[in-house]
Amino acid sequence: MEIRTAFHKRLREIQNDVLAMGSMVEKAINRSIEALKERDLDKAHKIITDDLKINKKRFTIEEKCVQLIATQQPMAGDLRAIICVLNIITEIERIGDHAEGIAKIVVMIGDEPPLKPLIDIPRMAEKAIDMLHRSLDALVNKDADAAKQIVTEDNEVDDLYDQVFRELLTFMAEDPKTITRATRLIWVAHNLERSADRVTNICERVVYMVTGKMEELGISKY
Amino acid sequence: MNINLELTDKKTPISGEVRICTRDLSLYYGDFQALRNITLDIPENAIMAIIGPSGCGKSTFLRLFNRMNDLITGVRVEGSVELDGVDIYDKDIDVVELRKRVGMVFQKPNPFPMSVFENVAFGPKRHGRKNRMELEDIVEKSLKQAALWDEVSDKLGQSALALSGGQQQRLCIARVLAVEPEVILMDEPCSALDPIATLRIEDLMRSLAENYTIVIVTHNMQQAARASDMSAFFMMEEDRAGVLVECGATEKIFTNPQDKRTEDYITGRFG
Repeated sequence: MEIRTAFHKRLREIQNDVLAMGSMVEKAINRSIEALKERDLDKAHKIITDDLKINKKRFTIEEKCVQLIATQQPMAGDLRAIICVLNIITEIERIGDHAEGIAKIVVMIGDEPPLKPLIDIPRMAEKAIDMLHRSLDALVNKDADAAKQIVTEDNEVDDLYDQVFRELLTFMAEDPKTITRATRLIWVAHNLERSADRVTNICERVVYMVTGKMEELGISKY
Repeated sequence: MNINLELTDKKTPISGEVRICTRDLSLYYGDFQALRNITLDIPENAIMAIIGPSGCGKSTFLRLFNRMNDLITGVRVEGSVELDGVDIYDKDIDVVELRKRVGMVFQKPNPFPMSVFENVAFGPKRHGRKNRMELEDIVEKSLKQAALWDEVSDKLGQSALALSGGQQQRLCIARVLAVEPEVILMDEPCSALDPIATLRIEDLMRSLAENYTIVIVTHNMQQAARASDMSAFFMMEEDRAGVLVECGATEKIFTNPQDKRTEDYITGRFG
């Protein structure tokens, strides 16, 4: 017989808040790449403003966790779930900062002509978003195996980053006038690469929540 | 049963020699089996908390160690209970001597209706200590160990019944300490106390654990988590016999128990 129904309901609400926050950040990354592709400065500015909402959401969730710890004295799996959320929201919030970082680069680029059609950068974004989404599914489903699988996929993002870097290096070597524009795109790619790294941190926390073991699951190339 | 002794805090003194152990211990009240096949080691200078739902045999288990269950008719014990390697259910064991070595503190403070001094001196007197100065030394030392001396040093002649609940319970602990036991059993020692008195007793337990082995039965899981080094989780099987589900370092039991039944109990998913 479930006894602490009210407490467990609040715990589920917190997890739902994390999903909502994750969704905000997924949208932010997606839109930052759209803004980059479309040279849409309004969209970029909106992402920068909306990052404050993500930061606020993080504080709200953190406060709820602190209140639950203080008033409910969670134990064992429940305690690990709350600690896991506290760590994960920091990672999600930082991924939000990476999206904001991309938006700021878009603003810097302004209406400069595009250096090349964007192919691998959107792929990196798509992969990072997918990893983030599934890591939060793993959180809700308490699925450590899924979390471990996602960590291995960070290599794909790293490989794409390598590719972007090499390609842009070629541009710069051939024509030094492209250096500024190419460097900015490398910054964008770097933000996406770091986002995927942060997803692997989320996955480590999910594994801890499920198994009680703290372990480094993968070491990123970057 | 899972034994789970991984530790991160090396200060936790659970690596000491085994002071008390039970082996395949079963206890019956007539035809009713109250405990089934309990095998458990309690290291010296550790605080062992026994937790579990009502009726799972926690107090029965605790009372094995000073043979308090002997006072109940129809009790039968199978298996062994050893204190320092000696089976305390051996027929040659002097139960009075055993209870001197294994003191007990009960749920409700139960001072005798006499002065503070006489309460503490009672045990030593019964064990032949008659010299007044010697008794004064014992009383002072015991009250200091029980963290009560500063509060009662000027009212040793007053009735113990005039003390507050928390003071009475510490007096009972001093009374136990006065006969210089090796093991202290505590059966929900804080259940009748307010939160501040409870924290004082827990603090006292920590300082006593430097010299004694303490076994505490508690319904309060936060207390077990705060105050003990090791925790043993008991529960009832279908025939209502108590079994040991899991025992391990308290920090592990309360952060990552290995048995789902322990997890479900301490997170309030069954009761």
